Amino acid sequence: MLPFAGALLAPALVRVMKHNAGWLLAAIPLVVFLHLAGMLDAVSKGSSISGGFDWAPSLGLRFSWFLDGLSLTFALLISGIGTLIVIYAGGYLKGHPHQGRFFSFILLFMGAMLGLVVSDSFLMLFVYWELTSITSFLLIGFDHGREASRRAALQALLVTGIGGLSLLAGLLVIAQATGMSELSSLLGSVDALRNSPLYLAALLLVLGGAFTKSAQFPFHFWLPNAMEAPTPVSAYLHSATMVKAGVYLLMRLNPVMGDTAAWETILPVFGGATLAIGTLLAVRQTDLKLMLAYTTVSSLGLLVMLTGLGSDKAIEAAALYLIAHSMFKGALFMVAGLIDHEAGTRDITCLRGLRKAMPITFVAAMLAALSMGGLPLFSGFLAKEQIYYALGSPEGWQAVLLVIAVCGNALMFAIGFAVALRPFLGDALRTPKAAHEGPISLWLGPAVLGALGLAAAVAAPITHRFLSSPAASAVAGSPIEVTISTIPHIGVPLLLSGLTVALGIAAYVRLDSLRGATAGVLQAIGWGPDRGFDQVLRGLLRLATGLTRIIHNGRLDIYMTVTFVAVAAALLLPMVLFGELPSMPDVPALRFYEWGVLAIAVIGVAAVVKARSRLTAIVSLGIQGFAVALLYMLFGAPDLSFTQFMVETLSVVILALVMTRLRLAPTDRRPHAQKLLDMAIAAACGTAFALLLLKVTQLPFDDRLSQFFNTYAKTIAHGRNVVNVIIVDFRGLDTLGEIAVVMVTGLAILALIRIRSKKADVHAPVRKEA
Amino acid sequence: MQTLIFRTAAPYLTGLMLMFSVFVLLRGHNEPGGGFTGGLIAASAFAIHGIAFGVPAVRRALYFHPMAISGFGLFAAAAAGLPSLLFGVPFLTGLWMSPAFFGMSIDLSTVIVFDIGVYLVVVGSFTSIALALEDREHD
Amino acid sequence: MEAVFAILVGLFFAAGIYLMLSRHIIRILLGVVLFGNAVNLLIFTNGRIIREVPPIIAEGLDVPAGAVVNPLPQALILTAIVISFCFFCFLLVLAYRAYQEIGTDDTDSMRVAEPVDDGLPPMGY
Repeated sequence: MLPFAGALLAPALVRVMKHNAGWLLAAIPLVVFLHLAGMLDAVSKGSSISGGFDWAPSLGLRFSWFLDGLSLTFALLISGIGTLIVIYAGGYLKGHPHQGRFFSFILLFMGAMLGLVVSDSFLMLFVYWELTSITSFLLIGFDHGREASRRAALQALLVTGIGGLSLLAGLLVIAQATGMSELSSLLGSVDALRNSPLYLAALLLVLGGAFTKSAQFPFHFWLPNAMEAPTPVSAYLHSATMVKAGVYLLMRLNPVMGDTAAWETILPVFGGATLAIGTLLAVRQTDLKLMLAYTTVSSLGLLVMLTGLGSDKAIEAAALYLIAHSMFKGALFMVAGLIDHEAGTRDITCLRGLRKAMPITFVAAMLAALSMGGLPLFSGFLAKEQIYYALGSPEGWQAVLLVIAVCGNALMFAIGFAVALRPFLGDALRTPKAAHEGPISLWLGPAVLGALGLAAAVAAPITHRFLSSPAASAVAGSPIEVTISTIPHIGVPLLLSGLTVALGIAAYVRLDSLRGATAGVLQAIGWGPDRGFDQVLRGLLRLATGLTRIIHNGRLDIYMTVTFVAVAAALLLPMVLFGELPSMPDVPALRFYEWGVLAIAVIGVAAVVKARSRLTAIVSLGIQGFAVALLYMLFGAPDLSFTQFMVETLSVVILALVMTRLRLAPTDRRPHAQKLLDMAIAAACGTAFALLLLKVTQLPFDDRLSQFFNTYAKTIAHGRNVVNVIIVDFRGLDTLGEIAVVMVTGLAILALIRIRSKKADVHAPVRKEA
Repeated sequence: MQTLIFRTAAPYLTGLMLMFSVFVLLRGHNEPGGGFTGGLIAASAFAIHGIAFGVPAVRRALYFHPMAISGFGLFAAAAAGLPSLLFGVPFLTGLWMSPAFFGMSIDLSTVIVFDIGVYLVVVGSFTSIALALEDREHD
Repeated sequence: MEAVFAILVGLFFAAGIYLMLSRHIIRILLGVVLFGNAVNLLIFTNGRIIREVPPIIAEGLDVPAGAVVNPLPQALILTAIVISFCFFCFLLVLAYRAYQEIGTDDTDSMRVAEPVDDGLPPMGY
């Protein structure tokens, strides 16, 4: 994908071109946009474009993509707004030391997002889903010097990451239930999933993913916190694209999962709740970005609610609102950033009278706000009319949704105009910076988006033909024709629209007192999911610390005890439980010198254990080693014998060298009970190994491999010493690895010995602590 | 340990052990022996020399740093596997040739190069370890 | 014959493990050596034991004449001996250096990496 390549290029470009790199980099999304736009005609006629290649066919895993009306609409929004955002970021972060990194991240994100909306296989969907979470983590935490920023990034990552896992589980359940792992095939057999007994589990898991991503109540808290990110990020990720991924998923799955009682209850209820809470919280904010963030939460709630209702009208409304919202919210965010950039503050109470200083910004903001408020001639109006068509004839409890929708829209109206009008009207207040119009890169984005909001509605038939109708058809799973036009029709929806506008104006006028009231209420409640997140994280850390203390207590002897008890149990229990104990062996006929060597070995071992002085210990270690070497010699292994002899000699020499410098005796100064316990464990392990070996040797022996070596050592490898032939020829690669280990050990030991002589002071504090 | 007898005997002992180690290495393919055993014998020889005459003497006698010898051995062993690639057989497959040499046929092979590599690695590493421990200058 | 070896192996294991359960690194080190020998003997015995016929093909023959000792375990053990010697050297030097730096050979007192009472991890972000 092109954006990924661009992400690699970005830092280098920025070094060369400074902030102007934004213009060049914007070409990348623009090319993608134009390429996608070329497919519009074909897709609008109802065909879809797909492709893919196998990744792990044995596991049924495929990378595949397909584009239909819904995917294309999203992809166009992502690449189109992306183009403007990259240009905007070029101006916004002008002179920032990490601008290249920023472009890199944002292009990565763009690639992930595009991948997400065009994925067909579940595998690819999930991978891109998580990629958007990760890149958004990087973007939110871009300003990593501030704690609030780090917290917001971690919060977003955790919430959406856990949601992503939930989605993965959901997708696996779907694949299990239907045997299909591609969206396109799933969409081809609509009833397969609905009739499955696993439907509810799949639904809840998928919703877990979608709700966290799209910041639905009660997971809404991460979105406003994510406003710690630089404004281009907020405008792009948290209004137009990433948060819509959840909505995309729901819309995508609507044909296969929708139209059930669970779907039509859960989605509208949570969507409605999110809408209500989002607008209420938005009212209390004074920061432009936070106000917009909370209205984004409520818009997402509205979209989820509409998707959940599932009627054709609701789906049309959702498609229209999706498009309109991306445009006006993106524009308003950029305006907020622009004001912040030029005036030095985003606090609405400190901003007045900027219209003279920033006329273009003002116009762009007004265009966006008019669309957000849903006034005629703007795309927001189409969406709102359609929403009221969908909700206009409520049955039963859906009337509540209507009320929420009207109130929510009214408050959004008020907030939209608060953002677009308040800072510009009235007498100029002193701002931290002398406000003036920003450069073209900054106002181009909001202006284009605002103008598009107008154009999309004026040229409604074209919009419908190419964007809204195909998208709505894809969501519904059957062809739908969106027909609504921007000329108002007399009817219930218009009445509701009028009501909304009236309420909105009232709310706008009384915004300050409303803010005070909601602030009071929220103060009274005090606790919210945001605080809860902190508490959960802190609790998790405490738990982890406690567990670590218990399991990882720093006492080697306890680790060893646990390990060997487990070894003994693992060896003995199955043998005893399944009656696999070996039969009693006969007393073998050994020659007297063989008994002698065995006895020497036993004595050596015993002496090592009982040794009271270090010299005894070294000598007895040597004795047992030489005894083992003799055993090898007696039983036909001269190579082993030689090697063992040499190793034991060197061991004794080296031990003697080192032990003389250690002023300690190898005696055991521990309580008796502890010794007895150790003896018991050791005896159990020893018995277990002996029994295991007895049992193994009593079973028939498969000597094919040995025969192979015996047969071919001379004929193929020209060697008569079979053991050596195996080492250097048949298993040469093993030996190569082994001598590498030998060499690394040598290096490590040299390093260990030398490390102090050069850096004596490094270890001084360590000694003090001990 | 710098007694007269030991210091007198040590050079001969070292020389003998080194010769023996090479002998063990080269006959390894047909009789008991081989790179590991031979290498250990040679490492012991150097260790004895070091105990008798001190570490600097051994370092001088070796000329190369022991770890360098070890590294060369590893390189030789790995390189012994490369010719097999030219013949299109798996890495480290043994290749043999028997050129006539003053009327005597001598078996030469990549396997012997490999075994010499093993020998050098073992000699280098263990000599280096032993010398490092014998070296008391750091105490 | 294998039975005697099995008992010997068991004895080696028991002694090695007993030493490794101790709190003194030197004893643990000795235990590791015994443990290594025990494992080698275990593999050796697993390949079955025959007296005195090394797996060497006599001059002029292509295959061994008559039964020989199983060569495969020997090849495995040969490398294992060298590796365990490396391991032994490394542990020894590690113990030696630790003793020099920390001044104890008691594993309970070696708490540089895992202090007895390190407080809670940082709770911020």
